[in-house]
Amino acid sequence: MSSLESLAADIATGVVQIVDLTHTLDPDFPVIILPPEFGQCARFRMEEISAYDHRGPAWKWHNLTLSEHTGTHFDAPSHWISGRDIPNGSVDEIPVEAFVGPVVVIDCSEGSAKDDDFELTPEVILGWEARYGEIPKNSWVLMRTDWSKRSGEEYLNMKEDGAHSPGPTPDAIRFLIDERNIRGFGTETVGTDAGQGTHYTPPYPAHFYLHGAGKFGLQCLANLDQLPPTGALLMAAPLKIKNGTGSPLRVLAMVTK
Amino acid sequence: MTIELLPPPRKDPQKKTLSPTRPPEARSRASLGLSAAAAEGRFALQVCAECDTVQYPPRDACSNCIGTELPWQEVTPNGHLLAETTIRASTKLYFRERAPWRIGSVKLEAGPVVLCHIHNDCEKNAPVTMLNRLDASGQGVLLAIPTTRTNNMEDDPQLRALSADPKHRRILIADAWNPNTPAIAKALLDAGAATIFVGEAESWRPHPNRRELNEMDNVNVLPLDVTDTASVSKLAGEIGGKTDILINNARFMRPGGVLDRGDTGFAKDEIEVNYFGLMRLAQSFGPGMMGRTADGVNAAVAWVNILSVNALSNSPEYGCFSASNAAAYSLSQSLRGEFRGAGLRVMNVFVGPTDDAWYQSLPPPKVIPTSMARSVVDGLQRGLEDVWCGDIAKDVRDRWRQDPKVLEREMTTGGDHA
Repeated sequence: MSSLESLAADIATGVVQIVDLTHTLDPDFPVIILPPEFGQCARFRMEEISAYDHRGPAWKWHNLTLSEHTGTHFDAPSHWISGRDIPNGSVDEIPVEAFVGPVVVIDCSEGSAKDDDFELTPEVILGWEARYGEIPKNSWVLMRTDWSKRSGEEYLNMKEDGAHSPGPTPDAIRFLIDERNIRGFGTETVGTDAGQGTHYTPPYPAHFYLHGAGKFGLQCLANLDQLPPTGALLMAAPLKIKNGTGSPLRVLAMVTK
Repeated sequence: MTIELLPPPRKDPQKKTLSPTRPPEARSRASLGLSAAAAEGRFALQVCAECDTVQYPPRDACSNCIGTELPWQEVTPNGHLLAETTIRASTKLYFRERAPWRIGSVKLEAGPVVLCHIHNDCEKNAPVTMLNRLDASGQGVLLAIPTTRTNNMEDDPQLRALSADPKHRRILIADAWNPNTPAIAKALLDAGAATIFVGEAESWRPHPNRRELNEMDNVNVLPLDVTDTASVSKLAGEIGGKTDILINNARFMRPGGVLDRGDTGFAKDEIEVNYFGLMRLAQSFGPGMMGRTADGVNAAVAWVNILSVNALSNSPEYGCFSASNAAAYSLSQSLRGEFRGAGLRVMNVFVGPTDDAWYQSLPPPKVIPTSMARSVVDGLQRGLEDVWCGDIAKDVRDRWRQDPKVLEREMTTGGDHA
């Protein structure tokens, strides 16, 4: 039996389970909010073209409006100014091997429950490695905060001084890139950076460093509590959008039970 | 004396809702000047340019000198009641359903004797004041009311039929985020509205009006995003059958003309909210409201749009926003035609620059929320179609009427660099 045949059999028998890490594309799902004089991320919208009616008797279909960065989505290197000159930096150019790979999950849910501005630091990462081993090269690293269980106003957690949600410090991101050479970094929050990420140096360090190093981002992920710390396989293939800086996508993980 | 109109009892679910009927609509073209004046609440008649004779009924040639130049002018609305009678049977369904209906003749101080509707508090041979109001067919009709106020006079059935009075009505204000929303809600409640529904988009982020609206009695904040068809049809499914007045105050605006932005991003948002928002609301709420225009004391009665006066003539500093409002204005005219058959009114409130963040860099005068709220309530109470709120809106209107091309030239100066 080939390894793929073996995998198919394991999926069929439930030895390997598929976990959906994706939020439903829903008009009410929050998007990132920038100062109103800046261009804004389009909300997800769906308009009927026809619904088995006079507009088309036997079929139902919709037109969609959304941003590359609406809902659960992938960030390509070209999304950020630091990654603008990265070769193959847009979603249509990234080699497809990058879209399937190993994933580790750093559980920050306890700290995030106590502190909306919880920071993922190098110390937290080293503490995790002390238990689960060094993060393998070319892995996806996902920051579990259980933020995906929040809804409504609690999700962006927008205050007069901006959003408050957990994220990585500049040092943590540099560590993951320079010391562990990860494939990409993913979060349950609306961005890969903390809600207050604009106040770090550099601002938005996850975006700045990840994409400057040709790494990828995933955000608005869900169900990270169903993944093991190590050993799962992530499938995150963005739409093949010409010169796309990102894409909504269905993120799936294979987990051995 | 008029008996105070009480809140209606809850509707008997076993009774058929009355289908809308209307008073006669047909008029000569000359007569439509009366409707145009009524749309703004003006009492106007034709006055001969040659001999100053005030005309009634409207005509194409002067009744005195057969001169053909008969411009509509505001004339004194005072007169006295000559004769009156009460119609108890009519072949017209609209009046048959509303009988008894008082009509009579009034000798105007301006000259002519007019046939008109008569408020029940008018006494024989007494002085009266004439109102020129739009009826359920959207045509100007004359109503004589007592010159001195009487108790509850707005509750007179004839006067109420010529208004869109908020009293006892349930009103949807489309956009909780708009800085004018709390003031409009309060003014409507003060005018006797029964319930205010307020649509709130994106409840996943905070906005400054939320607490104020939530603290007001008889105000219900409900999810509504005019850019989301599903959201609009969902709310219409819930409250469309008890929305008597809809006030579309949803607005998206960013300063700038075509070249300032270099993309279509904000312009698209402006069209999504200011134009398609109106269309979505109308498609979801319109049919239900049209079916309820004869539904008793709190029948559906009016649709209100808040529009920039630059819908008439573009202001390039706000060029794309102006264009979206021109589109909405045009759409409102289509809606007028589409709602007309049901007797549902469309009232446009034209405003100049409003006192909010996006007009911050403009000097006063700017329209403050309480002024806009006053205009909305006053317009509804008087059954208007066109309301001009604030000095700038009135000024632009006047200049536009004098010469649209001259106004356009004034609005599109390039600066004196020559």
